[in-house]
Amino acid sequence: MTEVSVTKDAVPTADDLVVLKNVNKHFGALHVLQDIDLTITRGEVVVVIGPSGSGKSTLCRTINRLETIDSGEISIDGKPLPHEGKELARLRADVGMVFQSFNLFAHKTVLENVMLGQLKVRRTDKKAAEEKARGLLDRVGVASQADKYPAQLSGGQQQRVAIARALAMDPKVMLFDEPTSALDPEMINEVLEVMQQLARDGMTMIVVTHEMGFARSAANRVVFMADGRIVEEAVPDQFFSNPRSDRAKDFLSKILHH
Amino acid sequence: MFDFLEGYDVLGAFWMTVKLTALSAVGSLVWGTLLAGMRVSPVPLMRGFGTAYVNIVRNIPLTVIIVFTSLGLADIFGMTMGAPDDFKVQGFRLAVFGFIAYTAAFVCEAIRSGINTVPVGQAEAARAIGLNFNQVLRLIVLPQAFRSVIGPLANVLIALTKNTTVAAAIGVAEAATLMKTMIENEAQTLAIGAVFALGFVVLTLPTGLVLGWLSKRLAVKR
Repeated sequence: MTEVSVTKDAVPTADDLVVLKNVNKHFGALHVLQDIDLTITRGEVVVVIGPSGSGKSTLCRTINRLETIDSGEISIDGKPLPHEGKELARLRADVGMVFQSFNLFAHKTVLENVMLGQLKVRRTDKKAAEEKARGLLDRVGVASQADKYPAQLSGGQQQRVAIARALAMDPKVMLFDEPTSALDPEMINEVLEVMQQLARDGMTMIVVTHEMGFARSAANRVVFMADGRIVEEAVPDQFFSNPRSDRAKDFLSKILHH
Repeated sequence: MFDFLEGYDVLGAFWMTVKLTALSAVGSLVWGTLLAGMRVSPVPLMRGFGTAYVNIVRNIPLTVIIVFTSLGLADIFGMTMGAPDDFKVQGFRLAVFGFIAYTAAFVCEAIRSGINTVPVGQAEAARAIGLNFNQVLRLIVLPQAFRSVIGPLANVLIALTKNTTVAAAIGVAEAATLMKTMIENEAQTLAIGAVFALGFVVLTLPTGLVLGWLSKRLAVKR
């Protein structure tokens, strides 16, 4: 069990952006998160991988409290996660989230999707919000689609708009919950490229994914989860070439050899 | 052939029906939306109130509610709706009040079923960018819910139009009141019935057609 966590006893520093301490969660009888300790420092890109049902998506969703936790502590930028109300909404505005199924607001245009949070949460004036939204859409390569509705876009385009929508809030950290799992194969790369650019720009990112190529090239650290626990944490090269736990060896042998 | 209509203000009576319908429709849409908001609220007290209201009100016959507004609210509790001396105005306002209270329960349930058609991810994404509960409901969930229940709401509106005839029970001078008077005074009972039936079809048929067209046009594409 000494390999369970490399950060378990680390003293929190000012650079620890997201800290999970001894987090537990149950879905009924199922213990989906078991004693999770994880610290993400500013600017770090952490990729969470593991078999289905291992709790990685749940872990990701607890960080902005879309899932509540039963025990333990989560803090972001030194502040414990508020339970509800205004405080929680304010915190969520600082934590960008990208979903597997995009979840763009279906009744609003692409541009309105990216402006909404700025207007209603940040209270930016309309002109500035539109300027910023168009800039971000340009950055993710969908500027020409600004006036269309989400249903008129391809999956890859929708997901890039979703990334722009999250970035419009100037988040401190971005959570990606299997961002490419619902995409056709030829659209995965256009999304990964945007994410890689974000990583290079120094964004703090927590990415739940099955894209091992992305983990290798963009991650500072790989967190391997199985059965609700963090089984192994390592830098990508070390994890992929020389995993320590049997569970990780078994998992990698199944996904890398075909 | 239509000389039995002479001396009766049929158009005026239907105009009263239209006024009853329009005011009650707007009022029940507002109150019904608020009730639907309560029924999906995270606050248990509001959820409880919304559920209790809907289940009590929609199970009481409309006639009982309308008669109660007059005999109960006005006569016993002195709720004169700002017109203590003008009984015509008072009866009209009491009837509208009763129709709103009753119809809102059905509007609420239609909207709530619309809320259930909005994928959970829409609300999650809205919360994730920092919108609070009211904003999530007002900006994301309700606009999509409304568009998916225009059809059911058209049904409620058509039912309301016809339900306004119950206002005859407290003497509001709408279409059914006039029909009763005419049937008592004239011989052509069937023709009178046909005229009033046609009048209601003229009111409700376009409602259904226009809202049906709108519901197709405004449907949210996913």
